Amino acid sequence: MSKTDSVDNPQRRNFLGAITTVVGAGGAAAASWPFIHSMNPSSDVLANGTTEVDLTHIPPGGTHTVSWQGKPVFIVHRTPEEISKVQATLSLKDPEPDEKRVKNSQWLVVVGICTHLGCVPNRSPEGWLCACHGSRYDDSGRIVSGPAPKNLEVPPYKFVSDDKILIG
Amino acid sequence: MYKRTLAWIDQRFPLTSFVKHSVADYPTPRNLSYWWNFGSLAGIALVLQIVTGIFLAMHYKADVGMAFDSIQHIMRDVNYGWLLRFIHSTGASAFFAVIYIHMARTLYYGSYRAPRELMWWTGQGLLLLLMATAFMGYLLPWGQMSYWGAAVITNLFRATPFVGDYVVIWLRGDFQVGDATLTRFYALHYLFPFIIVGAVMVHLVALHTVKSSNPSGINLAAKDNIPFHPYFTIKDLFGLGVYLIVFSVFVFFLPDTLIESANNIPANPLQTPAHIVPEWYFLPFYAILRSVPDLAGGVVAMGLSVLIFAAMPFLDRSKIPGGSRYRPAYRMMFFLFIINIFVLGYVGAKPVTQGTALLGQFASIVYFSVFLLLPWISTREEKYLRERGLPPELETLIKDEEAKKSERRQNNRRH
Repeated sequence: MSKTDSVDNPQRRNFLGAITTVVGAGGAAAASWPFIHSMNPSSDVLANGTTEVDLTHIPPGGTHTVSWQGKPVFIVHRTPEEISKVQATLSLKDPEPDEKRVKNSQWLVVVGICTHLGCVPNRSPEGWLCACHGSRYDDSGRIVSGPAPKNLEVPPYKFVSDDKILIG
Repeated sequence: MYKRTLAWIDQRFPLTSFVKHSVADYPTPRNLSYWWNFGSLAGIALVLQIVTGIFLAMHYKADVGMAFDSIQHIMRDVNYGWLLRFIHSTGASAFFAVIYIHMARTLYYGSYRAPRELMWWTGQGLLLLLMATAFMGYLLPWGQMSYWGAAVITNLFRATPFVGDYVVIWLRGDFQVGDATLTRFYALHYLFPFIIVGAVMVHLVALHTVKSSNPSGINLAAKDNIPFHPYFTIKDLFGLGVYLIVFSVFVFFLPDTLIESANNIPANPLQTPAHIVPEWYFLPFYAILRSVPDLAGGVVAMGLSVLIFAAMPFLDRSKIPGGSRYRPAYRMMFFLFIINIFVLGYVGAKPVTQGTALLGQFASIVYFSVFLLLPWISTREEKYLRERGLPPELETLIKDEEAKKSERRQNNRRH
């Protein structure tokens, strides 16, 4: 109540008050976790995290788009000219040699989401053009010009056999 | 920094004075027992239902083809979905338990009497809103009990004079409980809790005008009040701790005791379960409905059994202050009523046989008799007690109260 009330041992009282607040706050924080975590991907969504793709249907020079985790993934069967062209290009906004972006230089696998604001770029003669804000990517999915800050993301994938890949 | 921010706000919004007036220094009777914890517990139960409900709504699908499976999805796939759902389903039962205890306390201690009639009536409105919300929420899992519960309750509106059949179809948006019914129940189940929050505000504004009642039933003088903080913040928090322990036992160890097993079967409009019962909190009213062998009569009796509480301030005609403390006859009626509620609950849970039907009819008559005999019994009780001699303090209180009343009446006449 009023401040004139005498308290036997004010330090003890302050300590009890502080410890109660700390335990209460800790409990509230712990209790909020199930609520926050319930908004993370549920296990059925996580189970959809891998996609297998058969490459035999994609002719040289052709592009195939598959859905992985609900996102578009571009798979390009690159021609030798395209490969030599991108291997020669090095000085770019987000420098990265083409060899580091592919497992087999014939096959480019990139997530088809513009690193600027998340639109899906369209295939163009020199690579991709994002219709939203005009970012251009080359045939290695590397940013050439426009507002996008980074190259198209390479998803985790592996060759299950010579003509089959598993994304995710 | 903190002080400066607070001062900045206080110049523009009465934050400090509001907290001081309505929480910290709010005068509270010093003699409140733990029965006075249930109001704040009901508030916390409401918040818990709203929070878990919002998170469940992020995963639930209100479509007859998907509703049942989306509950399974919540239980199996969503992170902690089982916890959210069990808190919500157990929370509904806990909410009713808390509200019923809150009401029983009000009746036992006569807290509904002047000047707290509006507290009682806003509380009655809250009870109806809570019942409607719980009923609509129960349809959402789209199990057998959900379906047939909603079918039966919407059918009650067939008792509406002249247009009954149309009202039922209008409520359902279909000729049977169907997709339209599920979708609108979902929309309203999400809306009603926020209306409840608004009604709780009204309930609290009224409370802060008339202040809490207390176990003596007598309005205390200012010197008998103590500030809400820290005395009752601590008491409410301690009560909350006990409540949460009991609640957690149900959520973590007995979550299925309060869910009818038949509701784990998807709704089938072509097959009613062999034994259909409402949730426990509706059982007494359901027993009254079944006790009247007539559609309209049963519906009216059931409606009245809930609404009749609102008449309590009129039915209780005694001038003796307080509830049961100074009133032996009232006290006996209170306990008779409570026992009778449990009898009705038992009858409602059992299948209809000749025996339970008779018991149900008897208990229904007792239920209404307690209310209807109260005006007569309370005046007789007052007369008897005053003839025997009340403690002089009580007589003074009654005379003061009467003097105030006649003064008010004269003032009214003059205006």
